[in-house]
Amino acid sequence: MVDNIKRSVLVSLWFVFLTFPLMVVKVNTLKSIVEWRWLNMLWVAIGAFVLSVLWRWAMARRQLKNKEAEQGEDDSDKTGLATRLMEDPKLYKPALIVIALATIVFPLVVDIYQANIMVLALIFVVLGLGLNVTVGLAGLLDLGYVAFFAVGAYTYGVLNSFYDLGFWTCLPIGGLMGALFGIALGFPILRLRGDYLAIVTLGFGSIAKIVIENWEEVFNGAKGIAGIPRPGFFGADMNITTATIYTYYLMILMVIFAIFITNRLKDSRIGRAWMALREDEIACVAMGVDMARTKLGAYAFGAFWAGLVGVIFAARNTYINPNSFTFMESALVLSIVVMGGMGSILGVIIAALVLVLMPEYLRAFSEYRMLMFGAVMVLMMIFRPEGLIANVRRKYTGRKVTTEGANV
Amino acid sequence: MEYFLELACSGLVRGSIYALIALGYTMVYGIIQLINFAHGEIYMIGAFVALIVSGVLTIYGFSGVSILILAALIAAIYAAAYGYTLEKIAYRPLRNAPRLSPLISAIGMSLFLQNYVLLAQTPDFLRFPSLIPDFAFMEPIAHVMGSAELVILVTSAVSMVGLTVLIKYTRIGKAMRATQQDMTMARLVGVNVDNVISMTFVIGSVLAAIGGVLVGSYIGQINFYIGFMAGVKAFTAAVLGGIGNIPGAVLGALVLGLAESFAAGYVSSAYEDVFAFGVLVLILILRPAGLLGKAVKQKV
Repeated sequence: MVDNIKRSVLVSLWFVFLTFPLMVVKVNTLKSIVEWRWLNMLWVAIGAFVLSVLWRWAMARRQLKNKEAEQGEDDSDKTGLATRLMEDPKLYKPALIVIALATIVFPLVVDIYQANIMVLALIFVVLGLGLNVTVGLAGLLDLGYVAFFAVGAYTYGVLNSFYDLGFWTCLPIGGLMGALFGIALGFPILRLRGDYLAIVTLGFGSIAKIVIENWEEVFNGAKGIAGIPRPGFFGADMNITTATIYTYYLMILMVIFAIFITNRLKDSRIGRAWMALREDEIACVAMGVDMARTKLGAYAFGAFWAGLVGVIFAARNTYINPNSFTFMESALVLSIVVMGGMGSILGVIIAALVLVLMPEYLRAFSEYRMLMFGAVMVLMMIFRPEGLIANVRRKYTGRKVTTEGANV
Repeated sequence: MEYFLELACSGLVRGSIYALIALGYTMVYGIIQLINFAHGEIYMIGAFVALIVSGVLTIYGFSGVSILILAALIAAIYAAAYGYTLEKIAYRPLRNAPRLSPLISAIGMSLFLQNYVLLAQTPDFLRFPSLIPDFAFMEPIAHVMGSAELVILVTSAVSMVGLTVLIKYTRIGKAMRATQQDMTMARLVGVNVDNVISMTFVIGSVLAAIGGVLVGSYIGQINFYIGFMAGVKAFTAAVLGGIGNIPGAVLGALVLGLAESFAAGYVSSAYEDVFAFGVLVLILILRPAGLLGKAVKQKV
């Protein structure tokens, strides 16, 4: 105990040293004043001490868990609360009904601002589900995912401003364009291992933004494209309120569609191939899986969803510019997938709602949002790599077929 | 011709800065096969610490060269401390995890450090004092190559020679090479692998901090975001030269720097970054092992 405290004090001192120049000193070179913020030092010391105690406790627990797993204690029966909830029809059916009712009633009882934020959150749910296929199922780390989102949004923006095409025509085109770009990007990097892939996709994301910013004639550069029409409904005339509510329901349908498709796909032939590829590429190819087609499929499929909701995003905002498509958005979607649990659909939905809605409602928090995302990514990887809600694979037992986790 | 020389010179300067950062990437990758995404952030922190130290020293009335030396020294110490802590927190617990885990952890760390500096200091660009004095003997060729550029080239060259000596002739260098070849075997013959990995991060961070100080006083302004682009470019350079290969990283960085400089000068500066990534993609398609790297057969 004393030893523990002594170590924590040392850690705390180390962090005081580490953060000293950045947290305490602030130089105003114009006025030649040095600002000493000694109070920050105190916060760092206390924070580091508490975190260090917590860290050591969590590490001890983690080691214990690993040891148990090594000793062959089968923890497959000890499924989490969420999984148990999903398995029992008595529990999940009423829950599902409540959630369904809540989603239907939601835009009618809250004001348009809330509904609009919810639409954004739902857009990120679909983005999360899409990236979940590429990263979670196929294990291909994509850091430029937002580029496909931009492709969708600009498909609608450009086609609308040049050829006057409507939302419903552009929606499938946006999705297909996304998929097309996914394949185009996928081809050259098929042979690359995971870590190279990350950097190339990161590069692609930056390139997409730079091209949009500089190609004035088509994309209108940094000024962006304004006056994009909201989604239409058989030519009905809608004011902003009804249009927002309509967009909300549209997004709900889109989410359900995405859940349905990704869920079915997960258990399909190609879904299994993706997971096999993620686990062991060489073994998977040796078993006769066509690597090129499977990888491209994962890319195209992930990108398809991004393109699709990109169109909706453009229609929701009625204005797009390159600043909506930075690396921060890619990082946000990635942290959604990581936090939700790679491959887990329910986890991704919850994580998307939490990560998008929390900064909107807790304004004080929004400043620290990216800091938190970073910390969450590190901590999740160390302490809970399976995510909030672990993806449970369908298991085939001798007697019957169980469908755990498939009933999302 | 003069324009060409000017571009070549600025390309070399760029390249040597990339090289200083790329060395950290390539060393870490060589030993634990991890892309240390947060390495660019270490470079940024080095630049920030140097800025703060030089600001404080200027206000307290220190003069020219002593500021430069003290700022660089303290920046290097802090970068080393950050690199060491980074490895301990974010990578060591994940050493036996699947490959994707440390990578995501690295991205998280990079985001964290960026926003830490943003919140602790400022989101705006800060003016970096030009610490490097103007030499009189550089006067005749100042329009092609200034004093700052000369200092950058010389400093990077010295650092790289120092690194080579360190790796080739010292005990820790030998241990690093052993760990790179076979971590288990190195452990068996008594190398403290954990220490070697920590040292690798420390050395890489010091080089990055030197790069940060040089860039800061060369370009004249920094903000919390400079590490991201520089990191990606330096990684490109490391891949270009063959990742894990130290001379390769330097060669790749110089090639990339020159290519970028000429592309910016003769084509368009707006598409400079596009060009860098284009080079990366081309290299990965045509020669994934890089210019100097050896293709490794994957064993099952």
